[in-house]
Amino acid sequence: MNWQIHLPALVLAIPLLGAFASPVAGLGGRNVRNGWMIFISITTTAMCLLLLQKVLADGTAVYVMGAENWNLTLPSGLSWPIRIILQVDAFSAFMAVVGSIAALAGAFFSLSFMDKFTGLEKFSALYFLLVTGMLGMQLTGDLFNFFVFLEIASVASFGLIAFWRDRPEAVEASFKYMIVSTLSAMFILIAVGFLYGRYNAVNIAAVARMLHMGYAEKIALVFLVVSLTMKCGTVPMHMWTPDAYAEAPAGVTCLLVGVSQASLYGLFRVCFSLYGASLGSSVIPWTIIVMGVLSMFIGVTMAVIQKEIKRLMAYHSVSQIGYILLALGVGLLALRDPQAMADYGFTAMKGGIFHIINYTMYKGLLFLTAGAVYYAAGSRNLNELGGLASVMPHTTFMFFIAAAAIAGIPPFNGFVSKLLIYQSTFAVYPLLAVVALVTSVLTLASFVKVFQTAFLGPAKKKFANVKEVPGSMLIGMSVLTIVIIALTLFPTWTLSHLVEPAAKALVDQAGYISAVMGGGL
Amino acid sequence: MTGNAPFIIVGVIFFLGLYAILFERNLIKIAIGISLLEASVNLLLIVLGYRSGGSIPIFTLAGEVRRMVLPTPQALTLTAIVIGLATSALLLSLIMLLYRHYGTLDVREIRRLRG
Repeated sequence: MNWQIHLPALVLAIPLLGAFASPVAGLGGRNVRNGWMIFISITTTAMCLLLLQKVLADGTAVYVMGAENWNLTLPSGLSWPIRIILQVDAFSAFMAVVGSIAALAGAFFSLSFMDKFTGLEKFSALYFLLVTGMLGMQLTGDLFNFFVFLEIASVASFGLIAFWRDRPEAVEASFKYMIVSTLSAMFILIAVGFLYGRYNAVNIAAVARMLHMGYAEKIALVFLVVSLTMKCGTVPMHMWTPDAYAEAPAGVTCLLVGVSQASLYGLFRVCFSLYGASLGSSVIPWTIIVMGVLSMFIGVTMAVIQKEIKRLMAYHSVSQIGYILLALGVGLLALRDPQAMADYGFTAMKGGIFHIINYTMYKGLLFLTAGAVYYAAGSRNLNELGGLASVMPHTTFMFFIAAAAIAGIPPFNGFVSKLLIYQSTFAVYPLLAVVALVTSVLTLASFVKVFQTAFLGPAKKKFANVKEVPGSMLIGMSVLTIVIIALTLFPTWTLSHLVEPAAKALVDQAGYISAVMGGGL
Repeated sequence: MTGNAPFIIVGVIFFLGLYAILFERNLIKIAIGISLLEASVNLLLIVLGYRSGGSIPIFTLAGEVRRMVLPTPQALTLTAIVIGLATSALLLSLIMLLYRHYGTLDVREIRRLRG
């Protein structure tokens, strides 16, 4: 039998094994531990890529945990699934690839970045647990299982954010994140309870097939939307984002960017696949659009006034999440109307999904370069930094690539996805596109400021002894730089081969249901 | 016949927990609020699976009765309790670290990160 049918389970099993074997690998000394971390990261990424290739070739992959047969979704002629089912369509696989690349870059970067600290076997255990949680959220086809993986990811990230526990700020940031994240996890569990109470099922496809809008479903939807937007840091609930992103070690921040995408994935899975056309009114799409616009604008205005480099970038990630919410909210708005979908809805969804990969890559890279600056120069304060371009040429180059991409300067990849978003949102309501453009200009302004103050200018005497960062950190940053350059050079290929299948999978609610429930139902 | 009383109790505990998280200033009280919230959600799941007059959902132990309570919410609740335990332990240890660093449990004074 072909081993590739087990890929959905392997994608989760490998990082989980990596997490629990890390303390054992740590006994073998520094080189064994580092080798283990790299080996697991590369294998996970390779598995995610294979899974994406398989899903794009064969359609939605289903994997039943604990059944006699891997594809036995409806055992003994039952009409509802009873086991835990992993369900991977093109959108899930796409998200898993994005997340695993961010995890790979973060792992390489962390090798040297964390080298002078102790307790690294625990660090790598938590790191892979976070990777498992993130990938699990993206691959599962079960609402309760989604909650479990969300909690795995949350608990691991509390530990990682507070990893420098002798820094009061890190513990404080972790505590804030913990309150927000536990609250949102409880909201999700309440929603799962409501849906279970109505339909006696927790499988997304099974619930989606039976779903009729009523009070219980509306309450569950509100709980899910509130909690998942809280988890990915959109504006009314964004307070934890700058703290957690700024205080976590840089390699972890790169991964946390990927993890916030997993919550975003959950939000869109719920809106498109679980509720889909039965959303009925346009209240939820407009809520998402308004939250997106607010995040974009408030995030970027807060970013412009920051003095600390990582906090500045963290506020930018609030603003970039806004773009994705705006685009997919517009897609959701057009979901019930085929004409609107063809006119602007599908373009918006392509833009939003393309922005997901762009955002994760350049934002991860920006956080890594900020970490490199902190590692080499010992400061994150923009008022103190200056003239680093001459001593850190490679970091400067990669920062420039990432900053140009996030600001949407043509021909970089950020420009392509933003252009799609402008075009499609303009068709809905011109003001949306105007806000998006203004945000983009402010983003450019604030990154010009960072580039100018930290890297350009006369070399400061204080930083005369600063050297370029060690090789493994450069490798970590290069991984993301190469992906950004590839996306920049081949936007058409990416759009037609990666983004479009993902967008189609997201829209195709019937396909998602029939993959588990069979065609005849 | 219990009627809707369990759901009302769930609601009361839920809002007590939410109130504690949002308005209390002592970190320990916030932690208690989170525990209350977890308890209320667990109770909700159990109540959803209850059928009046039902017995335990184990086939060999249930005896003659034909009506059982639903087993799935109980399994869900057990998982949620374990996760809640891990979260509470971590929460309390973070509170301990915060107390060591700041010498206080008042949220108004633990505010080094702002802006």
